[in-house]
Order: sequence, then structure tokens, then C-alpha cells
Amino acid sequence: MGKIELTRVRKAFGEVDVIPGIDLTIEDGEFVVFVGPSGCGKSTLLRLIAGLEDTTSGTITIDGRDATHLPPAKRGLAMVFQSYALYPHMTVRKNIAFPLKMAGMDRAEQDRRVERAARVLNLTDSLDRRPGQLSGGQRQRVAIGRAIVREPAAFLFDEPLSNLDAALRVGMRQEISELHQSLKTTMIYVTHDQVEAMTMADKIVVLNAGRIEQVGAPLELYNNPRNLFVAGFIGSPKMNFIEGPEAARHDAHTIGIRPEHIAVGDGPWEGVVGLSEHLGSDSFLKVAVEGIGTLTVRAVGEIGVHHGDRIRLAPSGKIHRFDANGLAL
Amino acid sequence: MSTRSSRLAARGMVAPSVVLLLIWMVIPLSMTLYYSFRLYRLLSPDRTGWVGFNNYLWFFNAPEFWQALFNTLALVGGVLLVTVTLGVLIALLIDQPVKGQSFLRILVIAPFFVMPPVAASIWENLFMHPQNGLFAALARGFGMQPILFLEQYPMWSIIGIVSWEWLPFATLILLTALQSLSSEQLEAAEMDGAGAFARFRYIILPHLTRAITVVILIQTIFLLGIFGEIFTTTQGGPGSASTTLPYMIFKQAIAAKDIGRAAAGGIIAVILANIVAYFLMRGLGRNLDA
Amino acid sequence: MARAHSTRRKVVTTIAAWGVALTIFFPVLWMILTSFKTEASAVAMPPQFLSADWTLENYATVWARSDYPRFFWNSVVIAVGSTLLGLAVAIPAAWAMAFVPGRRTRDLLMWMLSTKMMPAVAVMIPLYLLFLRFGLLDTRIGLVLVLMLMNLPIIVWMLYTYFKEIPGEILEAARMDGASLWNEIVYVLTPMALPGIASTMLLNIILAWNEAFWTIVLTTTKAAPLSAFIASFSAPQGLFYAKLSAASAMAILPILIMGWFSQKQLVRGLTFGAVK
Repeated sequence: MGKIELTRVRKAFGEVDVIPGIDLTIEDGEFVVFVGPSGCGKSTLLRLIAGLEDTTSGTITIDGRDATHLPPAKRGLAMVFQSYALYPHMTVRKNIAFPLKMAGMDRAEQDRRVERAARVLNLTDSLDRRPGQLSGGQRQRVAIGRAIVREPAAFLFDEPLSNLDAALRVGMRQEISELHQSLKTTMIYVTHDQVEAMTMADKIVVLNAGRIEQVGAPLELYNNPRNLFVAGFIGSPKMNFIEGPEAARHDAHTIGIRPEHIAVGDGPWEGVVGLSEHLGSDSFLKVAVEGIGTLTVRAVGEIGVHHGDRIRLAPSGKIHRFDANGLAL
Repeated sequence: MSTRSSRLAARGMVAPSVVLLLIWMVIPLSMTLYYSFRLYRLLSPDRTGWVGFNNYLWFFNAPEFWQALFNTLALVGGVLLVTVTLGVLIALLIDQPVKGQSFLRILVIAPFFVMPPVAASIWENLFMHPQNGLFAALARGFGMQPILFLEQYPMWSIIGIVSWEWLPFATLILLTALQSLSSEQLEAAEMDGAGAFARFRYIILPHLTRAITVVILIQTIFLLGIFGEIFTTTQGGPGSASTTLPYMIFKQAIAAKDIGRAAAGGIIAVILANIVAYFLMRGLGRNLDA
Repeated sequence: MARAHSTRRKVVTTIAAWGVALTIFFPVLWMILTSFKTEASAVAMPPQFLSADWTLENYATVWARSDYPRFFWNSVVIAVGSTLLGLAVAIPAAWAMAFVPGRRTRDLLMWMLSTKMMPAVAVMIPLYLLFLRFGLLDTRIGLVLVLMLMNLPIIVWMLYTYFKEIPGEILEAARMDGASLWNEIVYVLTPMALPGIASTMLLNIILAWNEAFWTIVLTTTKAAPLSAFIASFSAPQGLFYAKLSAASAMAILPILIMGWFSQKQLVRGLTFGAVK
């Protein structure tokens, strides 16, 4: 069980309000991703839930129990750190067994659980090695193993993939998703990478400057961003924003259109191609359009357009409209 | 990682050290302060009473005191100069690819293991002794009169002995720091056309700043209290030529048995140490960061 | 740096380095050599290097005339005792300063170091009187206490610098794993910092072993360690160099040998953890 509720949670370091006040409910079994630019308070929020920092005011309840003032050990949560934070002087076996030993579990049960976790995570052959002898991906698995053996109410992940190389990251991402599907335990995952957020989350929480900008399912955020910040943050490449007369024509202060929602061919906009990147599956163009500015365009497949070409563009998908305060209309 | 409970725990865990050191400082120091204003002579125990600043005035009026003050600072400054300079040179030398480097290091650190009375007596008897010392033999070998080290140049001799004791420490710290300098930096400097001296001046020396700071800081702490070497060799003589402040206080307490005056001297020594510490921290404190 | 003349340069630096190292070591070597000479040979002019009359008699004499085992044992108890006690007090303090630093942590550390600047003579009389009052004069426990307090700032500082190298996330992980503060220190911090703790321990044993002010002032016979023993031995000049050397060798050899055997940790410790 792992339903976590934050009520007016505030965190100040000295005079600075890092988190001015957050209300959030995380349902049991949900995979929630906190995403936002660095310094947005997402890691602090996770550490507040973990109990590694204490809240300045507000309450945190876990499964209906007030956990605001409980020490980390008593909250029944497990955490996977960015640096993995493995104990370098212990073997993998001892690393994974450590939380069980701390809980005073008997040796036989400890061994049983460690063996099972090792089987699930493909670590059986490495059990008697030390963290220093493992690859980055294996260390990551050990850190996860250490978290799952406790059967916690929820898992907390603090940018767990940022120390891995790109190829490994994709693999681990899938493994964590599969783990969630099989364990069905609440997971809270912090990242600055919106791709990780989109691919893994049941629910994304977009944070900026300590505030929640929007909460919702990945596609909901993609399709209906509530404001300019979320619109710009979710989706890659970034959404194009247009101000001025073109926006006024749509009765908005700013309009946004995603690169994949612009078609090359006949259309109202005309411009010169600056940069063109051809990836085979996609082509990305930067087009300087008169009276509008530079638009990023994503076309599927190969396209015979190059630097210096003059092309016409047409919107082919949703145009997002925002008012002067950046809120969606 | 700072929750209220961990901060509370931290305070509780620092407390024993702080309390112990406070007791260690405050109780004896306040007793010293008390005695420093009292007439308290072990030779005439029945005459006691408050004497105001008389004990202090005695110190300031004693010509020996100014000599002792000068000697104390000369000892600290002299040893620092010798150990840092030689330490840098030796560290540079040992840092070269030399055969048997680890054995070399064993030889170089040996003086650090020698307790002060033994160090002093080795130098006094086996080296500096005007009849039987090795230096005397060397001088005679060259047809010269043996130098009367401890009689004619007592402070220089003591600075020499203490420098020998502390040279390993300085060398080792500087060597460790030197080894952490990336060779790429030196190679880049060489590519930029820096000669050996320029490399030392602009790359190596700045890299050693922190290490030199540490050497100065730690050595000063120990050097201000140097006592055993003087006690064993010159006993502060001839006359008061090699009397330092700690030794002068010791003489007042043990030879003159004047506790009041010794206490006043102790307070003066504490003030001196604080002044030195203040300037050290101000001048060098920022080098410690980074 | 590969150079055409690198072999020649290597030979020159090797010779120079060995020359310097042997010069620094020479006084110790000469003392040890002298300790094996007869008294006549020890003061012979010109000095005798290999042609001396070698003997073990000096050691036998020193051993017979003094109670060496007792001095030795006192030194061990005082040096090791004060160091272990110091570590027990300092480990928690260094943990707190390294992992829960506050605004005043730095000042506190500097204040602790500054207590070391207090000249021992300044508090000699009060301490002597306090020791007299509480019956601690000439007791090992008294010296253990004094040396522990004297070296406590150094121990705290060294441990602090070693602990700072340990990433805080690992201790947080332990806390998440349900470790209490005690378990966090015993199972995670201490084993991880073991090399640093060992270095600190070695250095402080040496400092305590070589301490020669309080040991002389506060002991007479019962609790006197080797540093007091050697001070009592350096009496009539020139008359027995060989025996003096033998006694000196007996006082420093235990620590010299220990130091050489644990060179790696010690070199780290000798830098007081302040330089990496």
C-alpha cells in the first residue's frame, strides 16, 4: 500500500522559500514522475517525502498515517539515489541485505529475499562482488535490489539514470517500467528528462520554481498544456511560440504549435530553411518565416529540403492559444 | 541531509568534544589567571595576597623577557623558513622518478619518530659536542677550531635541531601535494613555452599554496610550545641567549618557585599565541578552502 | 617526459635524492651505530665507522640498570589509551561536523585547533595542583586524560577531513534503509573511513609516544613512559655516549619500527588529512 498525500507542504532554506506550498495526492500503485528544469525543487520535494529533509510547514501522510515528523527509516519508503549510494565496503549480497539486517530480520529470510531479488535483477553471479567491480548498469540494479527487498510502501527514484550512457539508459528505463508493472507498488521518480517522464509515468507532475505547473497523464500534458511553461517543457523538439499579428489572428497573445504539427508543402507561411537535420526516420528543419520568426519543423521520413531552400509551411495539427499571462485559452 | 532530528543529534555528538576542550581550557586557564594576580612563592608560602599587575610588570621590566619573546618568534619563524624551503626542494627532488622511492621515504620520515629529548641529545652529544661531536671532528679534519654550537650560537643550533625534527613533516605534505598535480598541466605549460623555472613559479608553486599553508599552520601550533629541546640542550643559556617564553616561564616556576610570576608569564604566552593565531588565520585561512 | 638525456638525468636525480635522504637519516643511523660501540670507541677521535669495537653490552647495562619493560609498557598504555579514548570522543563530533555542517562549524573547528595553541607551560602549575588534588599525579590514567585532551583537536580535525570525502548520499541511503544513527556510524561510516581512522590513530600514537612535557612534569616513577625515562638518562656529558645512545635507541625503536611497517597509512596520516 502506498498512497501519499501532501498538504500545503512548504520548505524554506533560511529566508528562501524553495517550495512555497504544494498540495498533491499520489494514489497507491501509481508511477508518478516529477519533472522540471534543474533547481525547480523536484529533488527537494522527493527528499521531503523521504524524510531526509524536514518540512517547514504542511503535512505528509503515507497510507493515511501522518508521517511529517517520522524519521526516514520509519516511513516504509525505499530510495534509489542518483549516485546509487552503494556501500563500497560491502559485497552486493550485503548491500542488498542491509535494510533487512537493519530491520532485524532473521538470516534465512534475509538470504531468501536477497536471492530472489538477485534473480529478478540478474545479479546472481555478482552477489559476492563489491560495487567497485560492477558496471554502471549493474550498480544501478544493486541499488534497485536494495530498495525492493524491503517491500516498501513506495519507491523513490532520484534521477537514477543520469549517470548512465544513452544506450543503457533506454534499457534501464524499460526495466524500471517492467518492475513497476510486476510489483504494482507506488513509484515516485524524479528526472529533468521529459522523455523519461513521458515514457514511464502514469502521472506527470511538472514543477517550476517550487510550484506545480500541471499534473496529468503524459498525453494530457502533451495535448492540453495548461500554460506556456508546460507547453514548452513537454515535447521534443520544443513547441514553437508565435506572438504578434499572427497570434492576434487566432485571438490570443501567444500561439503555440508543435514542430510535428507543421507540414511542408502548400500553406500560409513562407520562409528560408536555415538548418536541416536528416535522421532518416525524421527530418528537422529550422525555417525563418517572414513576420513570424524561426519555426522548428519536424517532418516524418526523408525530405528533399536543404539549407537555403525557400519553402511554404502549413499548420497541420492543434494550435495552442495562450493569454498574456501565459495561461491556455 | 539536515532534519531537525539530525541537527539535534549532531549537537549532541559534538558536545562531548566541546565540553571536554572547554574544561581543558577554562579551568586551568582561569586558575592561571587567578595566580597571576597573586603573590605566591613556594619558598615563602606564608606571604600571600593580591599584587595587582606586579607579576606582569616584572615580566615587562625583565630584559630577559624581551629576549625570550624575540627568541620564541625567531624559533618559529626560523624553523618555518628552513622547513618550508628545504621541504619544497626535497619534495621536488624525491618526486622525480627515482630508484627505491618508497625506501627513500622511509629514511626521510625517520626524524619524525624521534622524540624531542632523544633528538636533542643526539645532536647535542654526538654532533655538536665540542670535544666528541662529529662536527668537531670534521672541523679538526679541515684544520679548524671546532665551533662551539650551543655556547656561541645557541638559538641557531636549536633552530637547526627543531628544523631537522620537522623537515620530514613539511617534505611529506609537500610531496603529497606535488603528486596530485596533473602532469598534463605541466606538459601544457611546457607546450606553451614555459621553462623549468617558469613551470615552478607559475604552476607548481601556486599548486602548493594550500599545502604550505597547512605546514605553516600545524607547525606553528607545535613550535610555539617547543620546550624539550631547549631543556635538554642549553637550558636556556648561556645566560638567557636561548631562553624562549615557555622556557622562561618554566624557570620561574621550577627554579625560582614563583608561581605568581610563572602564571603571569603563562597568560602572556597565551595572549602571544592568540595574536599569532589571529594573524595566521587572517593571512592563511582562505587558502584552506578549495 | 621522455627525453634524450633522460637516463643521465635520472642517474643524477637518483644520486641527489639518496644523498639528501641519507643526510636526513644520518643522525638516527649514527646514534644506532654508537649504541653498539664500546664507550671508548664511541668518543674516539677521529670517529670510528666500521673499525669500531662492536658490543651489545650497552643494551645489557641499560636493561639492567633501569626498569625498561615498565617504561615501555607505560608508553604503550598512555599512547594507545589516549588515542583510543580520543577517537571515541572525536568520531561522533567529526561525523556531526562533516555531515550536518552548520554556519558555525568552521569556527568551531578553528576554535578547537586554537586550544592547541595554548602553551603547555601556561597551565602547568594549575594542572599540577589539580593532579595533586585528585591523586592523579604519576598515574597512567592521568596522563591518558591529558594527552587525549591535548591531541583531541588534531584527531577531530583529521577525522573531519577524512569524513568529508565520503559522499553524504551513502549515509542517507543507510538512513532510508532503516539504520539508526548508531548503526549508520558503526556499519557504514566507520568501515568506509577505516583507512583515515587508521592514519589518525597511528599519527596520534606517535604524537603521544613522543610527548615529553607533560610526561616529565606529571610523572615520577610509577607511570613514567619512555620519554621521561630518556630525560632522566641524559646526565653527565660525554661519559657514556654509547649507553645514552642505547637507551635512546630503545626509546625510539618501537615507534620507528611501527612507523615503518605502517608506512602507507602513516604517510597519509602525517599530512594530517589536510592534503590529498
